[in-house]
Amino acid sequence: MAAKSIISRPVYGTLSPQAGKHHLFVADAEGALAIIGMAKNAPAGFFDGAEIVFIPGPDGKHVGSLEALKPAQFHLAPSFASLLPRLKQTLTNAHMGLRLYLSGTEGLIGQAMQVALEAGIDHTSMQTEHRGSLARRMQCVHCKGITENVTTQPATCAHCGLLLLVRDHYSRRLAAFQGVCINAEDRSEIPPMEEIFR
Amino acid sequence: MGITFRKETFRDDFTFRNSPEHIRRFPFPFHEDSYMYAVNIEPHVVGPKGSVLENLIDVDEHYVAEMQDRALVLAEDPLRCQSLPHMTLAGWDLLELLMEQQALGYPEHFTLTRDGDRWRWINRPLGIDDTFTFGDTSTLPYGPMEYITRQSQGDFCILDQRDGNLWMDAGMVTTQADWSLDFDIGMNFFEWHAPVPLAHEKGIFIRALKFLTNIQQGKPARRLNWTMTINPRLDTSPENYHKWGPDRTTVTPENVGDKVHLRVELQSFWRLPRSNGIVFPIRCYLIKMDELVTQPKWARRLHRVIRDLPEELATYKGLTRYRPTLVEWLLKLDDGSPTSPGFGPDSVF
Repeated sequence: MAAKSIISRPVYGTLSPQAGKHHLFVADAEGALAIIGMAKNAPAGFFDGAEIVFIPGPDGKHVGSLEALKPAQFHLAPSFASLLPRLKQTLTNAHMGLRLYLSGTEGLIGQAMQVALEAGIDHTSMQTEHRGSLARRMQCVHCKGITENVTTQPATCAHCGLLLLVRDHYSRRLAAFQGVCINAEDRSEIPPMEEIFR
Repeated sequence: MGITFRKETFRDDFTFRNSPEHIRRFPFPFHEDSYMYAVNIEPHVVGPKGSVLENLIDVDEHYVAEMQDRALVLAEDPLRCQSLPHMTLAGWDLLELLMEQQALGYPEHFTLTRDGDRWRWINRPLGIDDTFTFGDTSTLPYGPMEYITRQSQGDFCILDQRDGNLWMDAGMVTTQADWSLDFDIGMNFFEWHAPVPLAHEKGIFIRALKFLTNIQQGKPARRLNWTMTINPRLDTSPENYHKWGPDRTTVTPENVGDKVHLRVELQSFWRLPRSNGIVFPIRCYLIKMDELVTQPKWARRLHRVIRDLPEELATYKGLTRYRPTLVEWLLKLDDGSPTSPGFGPDSVF
């Protein structure tokens, strides 16, 4: 679990079964373990109305365990980008009574939440559980480029190359933390780069 | 007799200055010799003639130059003006408010004529004479918020009120003290204030939100906030921090008076009638140290405030690098004598 810091920094919970007609799970890598954990508390027949969308980690683990839950629909996606068109359509066509469960890395939770927000779902109604990497999605406030999987502090913007302080300030709309030039006042000051978001 | 608008710049050669009258009307933000956060909100009512509160929407000698600077910022970065789709009605509310207030306070410069939904707006300083249909966006060259805030000094945030909170869902932000509308748009009151140190723990934002969500139509409120800026630069955005940040390393004992500026925000809060939103104008006033210290009371008080400012606040306001140089310069103007209560200079209106 990520440490709580400032108010805009997302706080994640533990997935729990919600009342609803349909249940959509979006998870990556170790996020599968959150679903499997939750399933132990789920009422009988819960997954008959469920869709699980899973992006496996590099180790390819947990696919079999999720399939064993026998969801009505099960979809494997190689990346979030590849999942996006399907997820958008599912959410656009969704009716009242759909419950959303997001689990895994912060980048996955944030990006799936971003799509759901655009579809008009209130963020407080979504179940989230953070599992796995603490790597951050970061928006460079200067060039607006998003750098994925940031693990260091400071971090280099993959687009404009500025050295950025990765702040805890987070935008749900952008699904990103804010990166601000760390040595803007004196470019000769180069603080050491430490790997802190693992 | 109207305002004589100055020809001046807020970038490159930095020719911005305040006239002697504008120095005396500067909204000095310290009513005592020290500073700490407080919910310093009061009713936004008309103040003394000649002060920045003479009209509830203040237009001053910097108006034309500020609007030119805003146009330059927007040409470079259109993301400084954004409005989420549900905020158009609030944009019309704001257009009405600013046209009414500017025409009321400065009839020699602005005229609003209404015939049902057909409105004619004359802005003489900017050479604008437009007739449009209120509520019909296709009759204006920009959306209503962008149209009117390209003609109004200060930044503007429009807040949507729902779920007992205020949401930053639209804004025109080109003269900001280091916060990004593009990043913060869509956030609630607590989220966009998240990076502010100390104030959350003091419960400031909980009380402020309670106050703001209860603002009534026709009863606006206001508060002052402040920071410091090196060179009279309106656009101290995080977007351009890598461009203006190096200014902070250029302060020397010889140039403090010219380079270091007190930057005061007159923030006001107005309920909007149709959308039930709140508009939050953030009007920025700049004054260089040489101008400010022409009022001896302000010089003495500013010395004491900056000298004693808690370290977290100094860091948050970005003063760390030049604070010692500034305090040393101000010390020479502080003979230790007491300062009178209140904000005003020694020579009051």
